[in-house]
Amino acid sequence: MLIVALGWLLVESWVIRPAVIQTLATGGVQPTANVAFQYLEIRNIAAGVLPDTHASEAVLIAVERYKSLTSTASKLFAALFLVVGVSGFVYSYRRISAQFPAREQVEKFVRFFLLASSTVAILTTLSIVMALVVEALLFFKHVPLLDFLFGIKWSPQVAIRADQVGSSGAFGAIPLFAGTLLIALIAMLVAVPIGLFSAIYLSEYARPSVRHIAKPMLEILAGIPTVVYGFFAALTVAPMVVKASAAIGLSASSESALAAGLVMGVMIIPFISSLSDDVISAIPTSLRLGSLAMGATRSETIRKVILPAALPGIMGAILLAVSRAIGETMIVVMAAGLAANLTANPLESVTTVTAQIVTILVGDQEFDSPKTLAAFALGLTLFCVTLVLNFIALKIVRTYEERYD
Amino acid sequence: MMDYVMTADSTDTNDNIIRQTQDSLESEASASRTDIKMTAESVSVFYGAEQALDDINIDIHSKQITALIGPSGCGKSTFLRCLNRMNDVIDGCRVSGRITLDGEDIYAPSVDVVSLRSHIGMVFQKPNPFPKSIFENVAYGPRIHGLAQTQDEIEEIAIRSLKKAGLFEEVKDRLHAPATGLSGGQQQRLCIARAISINPGVLLMDEPCSALDPIATARIEDLMWELKESITIIIVTHSMQQASRVSQQTGFFHMGVMAEVGTTEQIFQNPVDPRTRDYITGRFG
Amino acid sequence: MLTTDKKRLQKRHRAETRFRAYGVLSLMAAAGILFTLIYSIVSSGYTAFYRTTLLLDIELNAERIDVTPPYSRNALMQGRYSSLVKSALYAQFPEVTDRRARRELSSLLSPGAELAVRDYLIDHPDSLGTTIALEVPMSSDFDQLYKEHLPRSGENIRFSGQQLQWFDRLLEEGRIAYRFNTQFLFGGDSRYPELAGIAGAVAGSFFALLVCFLLSFPLGIAAATYLEEFAPKTRLTRIIEANINNLAAVPSVIFGLLGLAIFLNVFGLPRSTPLVGGIVLSLMTLPTIIIATRASIRSVSPGIRQAGLAMGASPVQVVFHHVLPVAMPGTLTGTIIGLAQALGETAPLLMIGMVAFIANVPTTPMDPSAALPVQIFLWAESAERGFVEKTSAAIMVIMMFLIMMNLLAVIIRTRTQGKSKVE
Repeated sequence: MLIVALGWLLVESWVIRPAVIQTLATGGVQPTANVAFQYLEIRNIAAGVLPDTHASEAVLIAVERYKSLTSTASKLFAALFLVVGVSGFVYSYRRISAQFPAREQVEKFVRFFLLASSTVAILTTLSIVMALVVEALLFFKHVPLLDFLFGIKWSPQVAIRADQVGSSGAFGAIPLFAGTLLIALIAMLVAVPIGLFSAIYLSEYARPSVRHIAKPMLEILAGIPTVVYGFFAALTVAPMVVKASAAIGLSASSESALAAGLVMGVMIIPFISSLSDDVISAIPTSLRLGSLAMGATRSETIRKVILPAALPGIMGAILLAVSRAIGETMIVVMAAGLAANLTANPLESVTTVTAQIVTILVGDQEFDSPKTLAAFALGLTLFCVTLVLNFIALKIVRTYEERYD
Repeated sequence: MMDYVMTADSTDTNDNIIRQTQDSLESEASASRTDIKMTAESVSVFYGAEQALDDINIDIHSKQITALIGPSGCGKSTFLRCLNRMNDVIDGCRVSGRITLDGEDIYAPSVDVVSLRSHIGMVFQKPNPFPKSIFENVAYGPRIHGLAQTQDEIEEIAIRSLKKAGLFEEVKDRLHAPATGLSGGQQQRLCIARAISINPGVLLMDEPCSALDPIATARIEDLMWELKESITIIIVTHSMQQASRVSQQTGFFHMGVMAEVGTTEQIFQNPVDPRTRDYITGRFG
Repeated sequence: MLTTDKKRLQKRHRAETRFRAYGVLSLMAAAGILFTLIYSIVSSGYTAFYRTTLLLDIELNAERIDVTPPYSRNALMQGRYSSLVKSALYAQFPEVTDRRARRELSSLLSPGAELAVRDYLIDHPDSLGTTIALEVPMSSDFDQLYKEHLPRSGENIRFSGQQLQWFDRLLEEGRIAYRFNTQFLFGGDSRYPELAGIAGAVAGSFFALLVCFLLSFPLGIAAATYLEEFAPKTRLTRIIEANINNLAAVPSVIFGLLGLAIFLNVFGLPRSTPLVGGIVLSLMTLPTIIIATRASIRSVSPGIRQAGLAMGASPVQVVFHHVLPVAMPGTLTGTIIGLAQALGETAPLLMIGMVAFIANVPTTPMDPSAALPVQIFLWAESAERGFVEKTSAAIMVIMMFLIMMNLLAVIIRTRTQGKSKVE
């Protein structure tokens, strides 16, 4: 059945697309180097995502062709799917209750199915990369890569038509990166001390009765949806920040980076706490005993023997937490606003990569291609960064694990 | 030991005088050799409701090696852990009775456990060097107890300890290499160096050679012989041969009680208690 | 006794106390924040389960409703009830004649008031032509006023002095009631806070989770089984494993982008539906299920496998008849936890469009709908005061679901931990 699904993809690219582009050509619009973009436009119009008021006659005809082709194809494939599925089921059912030689066939089929299921993971990753890269590349045709990565003005207020060349908006992502980092930094400043010390206390000092209450409590914190945290940040924390800063004579935005960062930190506490707890508990007790027998206090043992030994694991946990903080969306969208402000002041309002991705694709803004594509470029950046962070985290843990065990 | 005062009483016979003289000579000689470093009086240990040790009494003589032997599971290690209050670390462990170090009760409420343990060192069955460099392992104790002010002083202490443990020559070129890179025997000697780096008066050793090969074992036994000149050593061992080789005094544990205690010579050649005799002659254990 | 350096010892003990205190403080901080959050939500949300109603005597005049016999349901649905309700209200305040004043007066009523009348009439068609006493919902501002969420005095009050007077008079007359708000639990979303309900969002989430489960459960178990039981130690296997671990750490927005780009654009699946939402969620839940199932399979004692093989069962049979059943509790636990996480996911669903304002409750996974966390987000972003309590109440609902799911997982885990020790 997976083959059928793959087949669908192939048919799309090999049969439908050329046919539609052919239609374009016969209608008088030459396929240009930007044929992918034209095709995308056709698809978008067909899906109703793009309004067809600006499109030329030829394009409209092509759109109709596309619609009819896809509709036929999908019906065909649906039928095929069903047929394959049912026959496969009947086939295997018959075989299962059969004799020995048939059993081997079933075995093989089952194994193949299992293997295929495992490859879904790879398929997903590939699809993600493909989707991100393809759309991002389209974006970079409009906005140069360096402008994107190093530009300091972000205002995707673009109204672009297919025939317009330049854009009047700015797509410099530095304010987004800065905002992301600022909020992530605040979050880590909250989460690391609290999370680490909680883990230390729970694994080294706490009585079982305390652990019994504390661990579930931390798990509850971990299970709270981020949208709830976001609401909490906007409802309670942000006003508190405003009041507190007014009390010391500073003025804070009602959508401060501080509010978002604080709440994000709370969200990450259980992450760091449970990972660190695992790491610390894995340190052999013989080391603790050796240190205590030498007349060290518990805290000295922890500070000078346990923590240094657990350090790689804890560093890995922190990196994973940073990765999580960078990828977090709802808290930021709800509490930190959308002002692409390049600043280091936590009392001001900033925006992050994730918030922009969501806003671009969801908001009342028009579905103009470069803007939509910008979201994919941002997504690609985000994906790469978190990938690298996770990879480094894993590597740190592995390298030092061997050295110190 | 009581001091004998020689009195010539008109009623004493010559024999008495001679015997008294002999006794006093003997006791004087033993008095110089045997201060009591630690004592245990009626010590019992409970893990929750289970009793692990019952009414243990023993005097540990200073600057000697005392061996605690007995079949496995009879409480030797538990008793050893009482001596430096490492049983405090175990949940639900209760110790009753009286244990003294240099005449003072170590379980008195006024005693600071952290300080106590700086006077009693411990070496464990499986070598447990810290995941640090060789140097840092030995420097750990002096650092936390503030025995040295400058880096040079710490180095001095560390090198001295390594030498005393007979390890220095082998590691002097790689003091900052990880301790985990050493062989089993070297690691154990490192642990000994670490333990003695803070000049404890007593060294507790819990089956220190059981994870080592015979050659490494012999080296450590030689080391113990040297160390006993300055440190009182108490060793738990399941090897009778080892006990008879290195110790001057032996206590035989049997099922949580101290069946018999005496000089090593006496225990191994003239055991009084039938349980001791059975163990020595290999009937069980 | 042997106190070496008393001062130093004291310093060290003080450091010990401080260190320990940091640990306690950290835990207390976490607990404090949790309780603040819970208190915040519950205190601002519990009022959403109630709403204020106004008792009006409404004359069900067929002419004014503009319906003719036979009074079919359809006809009644098309009737006009607005003026009916308004006159019933004006009747309470006969002294109010000025048009502007009357408009202020009618702002006491919710737009749902006329719907309430309509629904009553449809349920009781015989009452046409009679005068009924009906409790109709009040508008959000006054609902909030009653609940004391909006101030009576001070700057920026939303009420004129007159309105407050009318309100108080109705209160004195006992015409204002505080009723349990069933529409919140069983009704769909609405532009008006007092009429908004979560049923649509709950149904949307339910369908999305259903699709998610149907996709990720079998695939997840299959993949885990393959990786644990059959996979050779080849490069392909390692790549698969690396991919799974990676996917578990990919931010949720990326999955939203994937859904948008591929499922909506390439595959052309219907936007805003739980179907697509479920597919996207299943991709996110898959790694969780795989990892949990693998751990569960690994913990099955080899004795079981050996016994099966010894009895002549093929490796596949051993896995499906012997290993998986024993591994099932752990798998279920992991699945439930994965689904609970999926329930709370907002960003990807936002991006595939489960966000449109839908007033109706979806009946299939193919109907466009909202999802519960998305609903929370939309209400939170709304400017009206009345939505604050709704947001909090919706949060209470989603938390309740999450707690139930997690409890279920814990029960399964503890119940079967004793049993699965088959050696």
